[in-house]
Amino acid sequence: MAEYSAFSLLANALKGNKDWKPAWRKPDPKASYDVIIIGGGGHGLATAYYLAKEHGITNVAVLEKGWLGSGNVGRNTTAVRSNYLLPANTRFYEHSMKMWEGLSHELNYNVMFSQRGCLNLAHTPAQFDDYARRGNAMRHLGVDAELMTPAQIKRLIPALDISSDARFPVVGGLMQRRAGTARHDAVAWGYARGADRRGVDIIENCEVTGFLRDGDRVTGVTTSRGDIRARKVAVAVAGSTGRVMRLAGIETMPIESHVLQAFVTESLKPFIDTVVTFGMGHFYMSQSDKGGLVYGGDIDGYNSYAQRGNLPIVDEVMSEMLALFPGLARVRMLRSWGGVCDMSMDGSPIITTGPLPGMYLNCGWCYGGFKATPASGWTFAWTIAKDEPHDFNAPFTLDRFHRGLVIDDKGQGANPRLH
Amino acid sequence: MLITCPYCGPRDVIEFTYQGDGNRERPDPASQNFEAWNAYVYDRLNPAGDHNEIWQHSGGCRAHLRVVRNTLTHEISSVAFASGDHGSTARRKAEDKP
Ligand SMILES: Cc1cc2nc3c(=O)[nH]c(=O)nc-3n(C[C@H](O)[C@H](O)[C@H](O)COP(=O)(O)OP(=O)(O)OC[C@H]3O[C@@H](n4cnc5c(N)ncnc54)[C@H](O)[C@@H]3O)c2cc1C
Ligand SMILES: [Zn+2]
Repeated sequence: MAEYSAFSLLANALKGNKDWKPAWRKPDPKASYDVIIIGGGGHGLATAYYLAKEHGITNVAVLEKGWLGSGNVGRNTTAVRSNYLLPANTRFYEHSMKMWEGLSHELNYNVMFSQRGCLNLAHTPAQFDDYARRGNAMRHLGVDAELMTPAQIKRLIPALDISSDARFPVVGGLMQRRAGTARHDAVAWGYARGADRRGVDIIENCEVTGFLRDGDRVTGVTTSRGDIRARKVAVAVAGSTGRVMRLAGIETMPIESHVLQAFVTESLKPFIDTVVTFGMGHFYMSQSDKGGLVYGGDIDGYNSYAQRGNLPIVDEVMSEMLALFPGLARVRMLRSWGGVCDMSMDGSPIITTGPLPGMYLNCGWCYGGFKATPASGWTFAWTIAKDEPHDFNAPFTLDRFHRGLVIDDKGQGANPRLH
Repeated sequence: MLITCPYCGPRDVIEFTYQGDGNRERPDPASQNFEAWNAYVYDRLNPAGDHNEIWQHSGGCRAHLRVVRNTLTHEISSVAFASGDHGSTARRKAEDKP
């Protein structure tokens, strides 16, 4: 298996990069496993990696209907942060942040984690107060947060229009300096290689089409490559949660699938070296290492499995971009795409045992689950191995809605399109 | 995406506000059936295919519409007034008053 080191990079470079080995095997499915994970996205792969590494469970298969990284792990805008308000979220995402800080080293795979900061702009004094509240809540739990003045913000992002004539004047901002971005494909590939190396079978082009059952208990899956049995079946399919759960006979979930779009411009010289978010609408932007501006906004706003977007949001995102950066008016957009997100009823994830015996469920990431990838995999592996949650994911149960224990960071109620 | 409003004709989707899943049944306001309320607030069918949903023509006649739209293709197979019976009962009651 390919190990990466200064020496291997140099040696392969001198040989024209012709001798690199594939990063993971392409095994055929076995008849049975201890654990099957449905979904070869970031979360499924991280779960397999930590099952093997932390719990010694290596007789594991990850089943992916497409190719690795074809889902949201390869479609997101790569922002990583832990600037939440509610303690359950802050603790979970901060645990993830700490894992990001060591991830390249842990995986021996450069995930290009770049702590360039994430700045939320405030455009009214009330919004600034609200950010101060959030910043205090974060610092209370040991997470870094800093309020910034317009003058400081202008020094950080010279191209930003902070004049008082701006359509939405900037009155300040909340900065998390440890936040940033990571190379999303590398996260999937690094976890895949790490899991494969520990014996996990990663099986691509293998769609789960049904569940094998013994009474209520899930005992395996039917797939496009035959039946596969398992003691435990874990579901981590992001935007496909509704569809896959229906295969298990579960008709309704506290989930709606919505499309989120993202955009990239042509490459520019260094323009912005942080992640910035607009407070008067929904817009955020960073610059990729190749130079393209990577940005996005709201979900399209109605249930969709289309994996492509519609024009009204394109229009809205562009106008928000220009409200902040009038100077970008003539920069060309290179491409756009969409991903299907599983919007939950309170905007927070579900990582739990059940809902059927033998089944484990990881879903509800809305459009913020990339940053959760390490902690999602780590806590889900814990839950699968021990049949109980870790403290970090104990609040993220499926029945929290039923029990009145929602974790609604934005206070939007059961309105998935608003989270 | 165009939605053909029964009053106004085909209009761009930006004139409409999505009100979500149209399959949910709101329990009687006096009902204390916890399960029914819970299902109404939190449970969603979320199908990949035809979806029965409510849209409001908020930028037009403001009527609430029941729309059947395919969530994979965005194809719309039917649009009708959502108020239907509801509205006419309400109207009838108002007319009944002396
Ligand atoms: C445009 C966009 C921008 C985003 N930006 C950010 C961001 O900046 N920061 C952030 O934190 N988050 C962001 N997100 C959210 C984040 O990408 C997701 O929450 C996260 O990636 C979901 O977890 P995952 O990686 O495991 O999902 P996926 O990569 O989607 O993995 C699920 C996998 O399951 C597979 N699957 C589905 N059904 C089956 C089946 N029946 N059988 C077998 N396999 C199946 C799919 O093919 C898919 O590969 C964004 C999302 C989108 C779409
Ligand atoms: Zn109308």
